[in-house]
Amino acid sequence: MSIVETASSHSGEAGHWGKDIRSDLHVLFEARDSGGIEISLESRVAPYYGAAIQEQARAVLAELGVKHARVAIHDEGALPFTIGARIEAAVRRAGAGLGKRWLPDQHPLPAPSPKERLRRSRLYLPGSEPKYFINAALHGPDAVILDLEDSVHRAEKDAARILVRNTLRAVDFGACERMVRINQLPLGLEDLAEIVGQSPDLILIPKVERPEQVEEVDRMIEEIRTRNGITRPVWIMPILESALGIENAVAIAGASEKVAALTIGLEDYTADLGVAKTAEGRESQYARSRMVNAAHAVGVQAIDSVFGDVGDMDGLRRWGESSRAMGFEGMGCIHPGQIRVIHEAFRPTAAEIAKAQKIVAAFEDAQSKGLAVVSLGSKMIDPPVVQRALKLVKRAEAMGAIS
Amino acid sequence: MSDQVELAQNALGRAVPATVNGKAQTPFMGVGKFEPHGRKAAPPIHSNKDYPDNGDKRVPDIETALRKCGLSDGMVISSHHHLRDGDKVAMMALEAAARTGVKDLMWFPSASFPSQKGAIELMEKGIIHHIEGSMNGPLGDYCTQGKMRGMGVLRSHGGRYQAVQDGEVHIDIAVIAAPTADFFGNADGSHGKSACGSLGFALADSIYADRVIVVTDNLIPFPCVPWQIQGNNVDCVVEVESIGDPSKIVSGTTQITRSPDRLRIAELTATFLRAAGIMKNGFSFQAGAGGIALAFVQYLKQMMKEDGVKARFVRGGSTKFLVELLQEGLTDYILDGQTFDLDGVKSMANDARHVATSPFTSYNYHGKGNFASLVDAVVLGATEVDVNFNANVVTHSDGRLLHGIGGWQNCLFAGCSILALPSFRDRIPVIVDEVTTMTGPGEMVDVIVTERGIAINPLRTDLLDAVKGTKLPIRPIQDIKAEVEKICGGKPAKPKLGDRPCAVVKWVDGTVLDTVWQVE
Repeated sequence: MSIVETASSHSGEAGHWGKDIRSDLHVLFEARDSGGIEISLESRVAPYYGAAIQEQARAVLAELGVKHARVAIHDEGALPFTIGARIEAAVRRAGAGLGKRWLPDQHPLPAPSPKERLRRSRLYLPGSEPKYFINAALHGPDAVILDLEDSVHRAEKDAARILVRNTLRAVDFGACERMVRINQLPLGLEDLAEIVGQSPDLILIPKVERPEQVEEVDRMIEEIRTRNGITRPVWIMPILESALGIENAVAIAGASEKVAALTIGLEDYTADLGVAKTAEGRESQYARSRMVNAAHAVGVQAIDSVFGDVGDMDGLRRWGESSRAMGFEGMGCIHPGQIRVIHEAFRPTAAEIAKAQKIVAAFEDAQSKGLAVVSLGSKMIDPPVVQRALKLVKRAEAMGAIS
Repeated sequence: MSDQVELAQNALGRAVPATVNGKAQTPFMGVGKFEPHGRKAAPPIHSNKDYPDNGDKRVPDIETALRKCGLSDGMVISSHHHLRDGDKVAMMALEAAARTGVKDLMWFPSASFPSQKGAIELMEKGIIHHIEGSMNGPLGDYCTQGKMRGMGVLRSHGGRYQAVQDGEVHIDIAVIAAPTADFFGNADGSHGKSACGSLGFALADSIYADRVIVVTDNLIPFPCVPWQIQGNNVDCVVEVESIGDPSKIVSGTTQITRSPDRLRIAELTATFLRAAGIMKNGFSFQAGAGGIALAFVQYLKQMMKEDGVKARFVRGGSTKFLVELLQEGLTDYILDGQTFDLDGVKSMANDARHVATSPFTSYNYHGKGNFASLVDAVVLGATEVDVNFNANVVTHSDGRLLHGIGGWQNCLFAGCSILALPSFRDRIPVIVDEVTTMTGPGEMVDVIVTERGIAINPLRTDLLDAVKGTKLPIRPIQDIKAEVEKICGGKPAKPKLGDRPCAVVKWVDGTVLDTVWQVE
């Protein structure tokens, strides 16, 4: 991948091309004073979509208010939402088209996301790699995360932001919750300005250490929602990645009604502690436990970190199972192959489900008879046990583990 | 290339040349409609008196052998692709022919490879008149740019056997590369430093050609066992330093796809076979060496183990993954047409249950049955399919030659023929209104598996019923097509094709299925 810098104030380039690049394009934009729009195009799909690309490029430039320019496009089979994003990024880098934008056709939005929805797996998609977006939902994660933070090079933040905005609007993510990981504040606020108008379901804020950071994000989301008349919820998931963040977990979780879950970033956390990150994770046992406890204290979900070795499915399964046992409700995925294993790891066992169903049946029986005490055979069932069973059955139903 | 070509319309409405390279053609009449007549072709009768009593048919070099076989202008010289892109023998033979000063040869390879692009120069010099056989890369472009003097003829592996057997193509001299041979001409592919597995592609040539030359880099004392090629059909034996580049003959390892989308296609395909009840004790299947096909074998293997199911036979192109099925007792036999990796070659050499087959046993349509139609399910690829399930494997969507037909057409006769492919490549939809080049009629294609869902040919009501009520994403083909067109930003523009035929695609019975047009 080549990192593209702005050449001068009158020209700008964006995107990538080359033999190994797929579903992307490179745009070189040069503003000029007269002569109209001149487009040169090389594309591996030229016989099929050459005319369509030319037409789209002109429409995008018109929308951005560009009247005179020379544009060179090297296309590697990019889809329209990417083509628009790269042209817009190149134009902006040239200092043109300010305050304007081009948006692709709106794909119908999925149903709004309930705060307590199932979040077993969230698949990370690097925000500057459009080739991963289009089929991500086919692999069935509960959520996709369009990432603007660590997977995007510093010099590419502006372009990725535009691409992610278009993606939220144009790509069908099926039943997946559409999450965006913004950059650390204050850069993350610029991300919010670009993307919140496209109704992401949830914003992940990295490296949160203090509740004020969550409040700031909350305010900005609220402002944009109001301005755009967005009624769908936009949830927040703070990522705790430092000793201080872990210590402030309760305050952070309670900082906004929008916080739906807390999660932890173990690479940064172990770096903060100056210890090695191991496959067993003993070094982060305390932090993870504390975060789970804080999340439950405030009534939000606790979501675990990612498992970094995509080749080790047994290790992933063990990690996921112990994670569930600790009280986590899901974890991140960095490869579609991890999704199924994670879903299996977070699925209650058949014995657990059967037992919970019996308790729920006994509870319902007692309710119908007007009895305060629930009993199963000769045993009395304590109220917290009933509550846990109700919760487990509800979750198992959501996972499709019970028909 | 002849400029004025009379065209006829075949049963699928495709315009096809009435004559090809001076021979009258029968336009495709429909599957199973063409009735062949007459008797098979035969080489002239030879006599032992003209061959050495001691059986030693060695000559010093290929040029001498060609001269001895009476090489002259306009002859048909054949070669084979069992050494794949590593083959040196075909070019050695064509260059040796060039040195004798002959002109206007017809080269009749069972398939050509990029390493044989030197044939272009021989066509430019007038030594080769034209090629009948698969062409891709530089040779394909040479053909579709209309530079070849004659018309290309693309045949399936079975179709090539049929054409030779029926006398449509008369081979004057066959040149057979042999990883092991004896001086009598007995030849074997599964041993030697250039081992490749089966020599099946050369079988028809060895039987029907007027003259047969065996070229080997591993001459052993008589007898060469097993004799996949019988020395009794061979005129001359030539010993050379090397018949091929072993690193390109077989891959050391064949690679399963790592693309999550393609893995999904492979898994859906295996799940389909299981759900449809095709994967059951005693069943059979064939899958090639493409990334999706290999992954399919791995998923199916897991499901076979879970369900305690064993296959009676699997058909190769064999790879390590099929060999593992054999070794783990999940199939009784591998019936192998060609061998793609070292594990496959070793297995064929050492395991009697791993059997070399030929286009005669596997694929020939003008016979008394073949193995391909006995197979329960086959997993294939394609460049394009259309809403009527017609498929194209030979050209890019822009009309340039891309692939040979291989055994693809022949395999469509399996009980359930499945095309497993991504719904779009780059931005180009794979499901289209009408395929650029017809390679397989829609009535022969049963199932299309893509990452976005599975389309079953409406003709196969039995398959539709078999998977009813399962969780499989069964969708009408138009549905998948519409979704992909939305993603890709509309239908792709139609390629601009010229009106000069530069090659034809034959159906398995020798009739003309479609035309490859000159690309502008």
